[in-house]
Amino acid sequence: MANPLCIRGGRVLDPARGIDRAQDLWIQDGRIAGLGEDAPADVRGSRATEVIQVQGAVICPGLVDIHVHLREPGQEEKETIETGTRAAARGGFTTIACMPNTTPPLDERPRIEWVIRRSRESGHARVLPIAAVTRGQMGEQLTEIEDLVDAGAVAVSDDGKPVRNAEIMRRALELTRCLNVPVIQHAEDPDLKGEGVMHEGWTSTRLGMKGIPDAAESVIVARDALLAELTGGHVHVAHVSAARSVEIIRRAKARGIRMTAETAPHYLTLTDEAVQGYDPRTKMNPPLRSARDRDALIEAVADGTLDCLATDHAPHTEIEKDSDFEAAPFGIVGLETALGVYLKALVEPNHLTLSELILRLTVNPLRVLGQPGGTLEAGAPADVTVFDPAGRWRVEAAEFASMGRNTPFEGWELPGRVLLTMLGGRVTHRAMAMEGSAR
Amino acid sequence: MIGTRKDLLGLEELTQEEIVSILDTARTFREVLDRPIPKVPSLRGLTAANLFFEASTRTRLSFELAEKRLSADTVNFQTSGSSVSKGETLKDTARNIEAMGIHLVVIRHQSSGAPHYLARNLDAGVINAGDGTHEHPTQGLLDIFTIRERRGAIAGLRVAIIGDIMHSRVARSNIWGLTKLGASVTIAGPPTMMPMEVERFGVKVARSVDEAIEGADVVNILRIQLERQRGSLYSSLREYARVYGVTSTRLKRAKADVTVMHPGPMNRGVEIAQDVADGKHSVILEQVTNGVAVRMAVLYLLAGHKASGESTPETPTPEIKKTHGEPSLHPRR
Repeated sequence: MANPLCIRGGRVLDPARGIDRAQDLWIQDGRIAGLGEDAPADVRGSRATEVIQVQGAVICPGLVDIHVHLREPGQEEKETIETGTRAAARGGFTTIACMPNTTPPLDERPRIEWVIRRSRESGHARVLPIAAVTRGQMGEQLTEIEDLVDAGAVAVSDDGKPVRNAEIMRRALELTRCLNVPVIQHAEDPDLKGEGVMHEGWTSTRLGMKGIPDAAESVIVARDALLAELTGGHVHVAHVSAARSVEIIRRAKARGIRMTAETAPHYLTLTDEAVQGYDPRTKMNPPLRSARDRDALIEAVADGTLDCLATDHAPHTEIEKDSDFEAAPFGIVGLETALGVYLKALVEPNHLTLSELILRLTVNPLRVLGQPGGTLEAGAPADVTVFDPAGRWRVEAAEFASMGRNTPFEGWELPGRVLLTMLGGRVTHRAMAMEGSAR
Repeated sequence: MIGTRKDLLGLEELTQEEIVSILDTARTFREVLDRPIPKVPSLRGLTAANLFFEASTRTRLSFELAEKRLSADTVNFQTSGSSVSKGETLKDTARNIEAMGIHLVVIRHQSSGAPHYLARNLDAGVINAGDGTHEHPTQGLLDIFTIRERRGAIAGLRVAIIGDIMHSRVARSNIWGLTKLGASVTIAGPPTMMPMEVERFGVKVARSVDEAIEGADVVNILRIQLERQRGSLYSSLREYARVYGVTSTRLKRAKADVTVMHPGPMNRGVEIAQDVADGKHSVILEQVTNGVAVRMAVLYLLAGHKASGESTPETPTPEIKKTHGEPSLHPRR
C-alpha cells in the first residue's frame, strides 16, 4: 500500500453529492479514500502521509471536456494525443472526449483501440474516443457502430461536418438508442452556410464577408429534435451558438425528447463584433454570434437547457492561422483557458454558483455520454482538480502545452488559476510548490 | 499623410476632414493632368508595388499611371489562382516586399481584409485597391470627386445606388464616403443581394429601382458581378435587366440634370441600358480620368513626406487652396 496523500486547507466542492465545505481530501492507492473524518482511520493515522497544502483553493472532481480535437492520427502538425492531453491537464481536465475527424477518421475498430492505447501511454488524461457516424465521415454509409462502441467509443459524431442526410441520422439514432450512446450532431445546414466565414449580421455586412445565418444551425437542431422524437434516440447538440437553437432545445426537453446540448467558452464571452479587425483567432465554426445570442446562451446554461460546458478545442498551426481571415481555417484552442473564461463569464457575474459550474464541467458531460464518475466519492479514481478561484492570471498562448496557439483570449486576465491536476492520484499538472511532509 | 495614417484601407475609418483633404488634393492633381507634361516629381525615389491577386485592368492601369505621373518607380505583381494557398502567398509576399524596400503597396485581393493583414505586417504604406466584397476606397473617392466636380457640394445631394449591394465593395466605399459628407443615400437591388441590417449604414432601402431613382441627383449603377453569383441569387440576366436595369424611361424619375455613374466594366443591356451608358447624363469616362487624379492624391498624401525629391521652383507640388470653404490640407515637407 502506497503512502496516503492528503490535500489540505481547501474548499471541497463535490456538486453531485451536494458537498461544499472546507475539508481534507484523502487519497490512497490512486483512489479517493474519503473526506475529512469520513476517511478510514488507518489512512488518517498513517505516519507517512504526504500533505499538499492548498489554502483557500477549490478542490473538485477532475474536469471533463466532451468536445476536443486531438488531431492525431494524421494531423500531428496541429496537435498530438501527447500535447493535447498535456494541455487538458494544464487546464484542469482529467477526462476528455475526442472527436473522430482525424486523418483517417475514427471510423473503424482498430483506430478507436489505437487512440485508447496511445492516450494511456501518454497518461496525462483519460481520453474517451468518439467514433464517426458514417464511413470516412462522408455522410453516406453508417459505420459499424456496435463494434465501435464495443471497442470503447462513447458516442458517435461526424463533427466538423453535420450528418446531413435525415434518413442516415434517423438510422444512427435507432442503432445508438439500444447501445445507450448519443449521436453528437455538428448542427449546420451546409447549403445555408454556403461559403460563409462569420455570423451573418451587421458586422458581416460592414466587413464585406459572407455570413452564416443562425438558421444554418437551428434548422438542423429542429430537424434532429423531430428525429429524436421519432426514434427515441439521444441527440447531443455540439457547440450551440444561437438563441433560436436554444429555444428549440428547451421545447424539445419539455416534450420529453432525449436531446442534450453543450456550448463553448467563446460563445458566452465574445460576439461577432470581435471579428472587426479580421483577426483569424476569432474565426470558428459555428461563428461568434450576436449579443442577443450570447445572452440567450448564458441564460440557457443557467437554467440547464444547455447541459454541459465544453471547449471545442480545435488547434491549428501558426502558419494556417497567420493569414488573412477568409483563408484561415475555422477553430480555436480552449483547454487551457476554459475554466478561467467560464468563471469570468458565469460565476463572477452570478449567473451560476461555483458548484453549478463544476457540475456542468464534470458530472453533466459524463452523464451525456452515459459514463460514471465525476465525483469525489470514496473508492472513485482520484481524478482531482485544485484551482484558486480568485487568483488572476494572464493568458499567454506562447506558454500553452497545446501546439495550438490560436486563442482569441490572448492577454486576457482570467480568474481560476489551476494549481494541481491529478489523474488516478498521480499529478498531471502542478503550478504550486509541493511540500511533502509527514504529519 | 491622411491624418496620421500609414495606410488607406477603407473609407469607413476616415473622417469627413480626411476625405475632404483627399478630394482637394485630387483637384490640384486633376489640373496637373491637363498640362502638356502631366508629371510631377512628388514621389521621386519611392517605389510602389502593385499587387493584384485578382484580375483587374482599369484599376491597375489607373494606379500605375498615377504612380508614374508622380515619378515613383513601380513594380507589378499579378496572379490569378496560384496553386499555393492564399494565406501562404500573402505572408510570403509581405516578406518579399519587406526585403525589397518597397515604400507603398497597392493591393487587390479576393479576400475581404487581406489588405488589413498586409498593413499589420508591413512598415510600408498599404492602399486597398479592392478587397473581396469589403471596400474599394479609391473608387469611392473618385466617384465622390466626380460628383463634387459636377454638382458642387456633396451635402444635401440625393444619391441612388442600384444593384448588387451585398457583393459590392464599390457600394460600401461610396456609402461610407457619401454619408460622411452629408449626402442622402438610397439603395435598391434584388432582395437576395441586400446584406443583413444594411440600413445601419445610414441609408434608405428602396423597394424598387423606380422608388430609389425618384428625385435623385446622382444614380450610381453597380456592375452585376456575374462571377460572384450563385444560382439562388437571381434567376436570369433577362429577369435582372427587366427588374433592376436602369433605362432611360426609369431615369426620367430623377432630376432633369441627373448624373449617371458606373464603376465599370459595364454589362450593357443588363444593369445599364445602352442609351443610358452613352447618354448625356453619363460621366462614366470622366470617372476614369478622375480616378488617376484621386489615386495620385492618395499616394501623395500617404507617402509624399517620405520622398527625397528636391523641390525645384516649378515643382508642381500641389498648391493647397481652399475649396468649397472646406478645411485645407497641410502637406508635410
